[in-house]
Amino acid sequence: MARKLYDSAGAALADLLFDGMTIAAGGFGLCGIPETLIDAIHDSGVRDLTIISNNAGVDDYGLGLLLRNRQVRKMISSYVGENKEFERQYLAGEIELEFNPQGTLAERMRAGGAGIAGFYTRTGVGTVVADGKEEKLFKDERYILETGLTADLAIVKAWHGDVLGNLVYRKTARNFNPMAATCGATTIAEVEEIVPSGAIDPDHVHTAGIFVQRMILAGRNEKRIEKRILRQEA
Amino acid sequence: MPWTRNDMAARAARELQDGFYVNLGIGIPTLVADNIPPGIDVTLQSENGMLGLGPYPDADEVDPDVINAGKETITELAGTSYVSSADSFGMIRGGHINLSVLGAMEVAENGDIANWMIPGKMVKGMGGAMDLVAGVRRIIVLMDHVSRDGSPKFRKTCTLPLTGSNVVDMIITDLAVFARADRHSPFRLIEIAPGASVSQLRAATEAHYEE
Repeated sequence: MARKLYDSAGAALADLLFDGMTIAAGGFGLCGIPETLIDAIHDSGVRDLTIISNNAGVDDYGLGLLLRNRQVRKMISSYVGENKEFERQYLAGEIELEFNPQGTLAERMRAGGAGIAGFYTRTGVGTVVADGKEEKLFKDERYILETGLTADLAIVKAWHGDVLGNLVYRKTARNFNPMAATCGATTIAEVEEIVPSGAIDPDHVHTAGIFVQRMILAGRNEKRIEKRILRQEA
Repeated sequence: MPWTRNDMAARAARELQDGFYVNLGIGIPTLVADNIPPGIDVTLQSENGMLGLGPYPDADEVDPDVINAGKETITELAGTSYVSSADSFGMIRGGHINLSVLGAMEVAENGDIANWMIPGKMVKGMGGAMDLVAGVRRIIVLMDHVSRDGSPKFRKTCTLPLTGSNVVDMIITDLAVFARADRHSPFRLIEIAPGASVSQLRAATEAHYEE
């Protein structure tokens, strides 16, 4: 079997990056983001990216690094409220933004990865999200057509990964990672710990290795916390 | 005396039933969790993929991989489960969540809700709000009765872009509670804050409602 494990993020990305490409990224806020791979994409200087990601990071961390470096042409996201640089670029007309409801975004990635061209959902009916989309009645309820999303590259963060690419995510760091892993033409997983094949109980695999073409050991596990709230403060 | 935010949250908490799965929006709705009546056991869901939310952590319990939909650190409970975003919104869109409590900028008399964008201002995004109002079985809105400039927030029609159409079942403001039996019925005034009068309420409300 082809070796999936690469020595570095740069090596794993080297022949995959090109200007104008689409990249899907796992993560919710700053939780479960592939921070090592994002750093390497930043360092590569690749530009005109379309990024499919629920959020856009913060100014100096996560996908915010790519925004600050002017590498992003378009974001497909559900919420970008934590990023001042994004706001500045958006208001200046320098970046394109496509808002998707969060569940619709997750399902579009899942569908794209599963070979489903489109699906009907009640989410967004009667709102601007429905503009220009086919509407259809099922059992007298209104639904709109949403399409599946695929990407040239998907980058995900997992907790444990074996050499075959089987992945286990950790707690709420799972979020969008399993869907992102399926929707990339190539998927690279950065994992906190590489474990021997067989070390993950087959019943506990979250993402099967077929979806993961390349892997690296995460070099950066900063896991920055956006809102640290303690019991006595609440 | 208008109701306080905590009064409003406590009123919403009285709508909880034992065994409910509940999603609480960001802001005032999170106060509902502190007001769950004794003997009522509910499971809180967070749309980033956590079912069974515990309290905020002590300093030594903080885990960056355990956050709620407001991106706040949180804790797990015995019996918590973690799921992907697709499965989490499957719970929401699929009608498996009994109740959601949300904030709003405007609600219309037909149950329309606007709570995600103000044209001309920076739009941060709808996050999971559109999925929640479209999929959760019962939607309760907590909001001030009037906006900061004094204009009514319970209106004939929403002036702001909608989050969902005909999805609100109950409105709890600092002055009153409105509810309706189903989504074909008009809202009815069912409670009024101490000291507020029916005529004062009419003056502060644009929507038609039954008294």
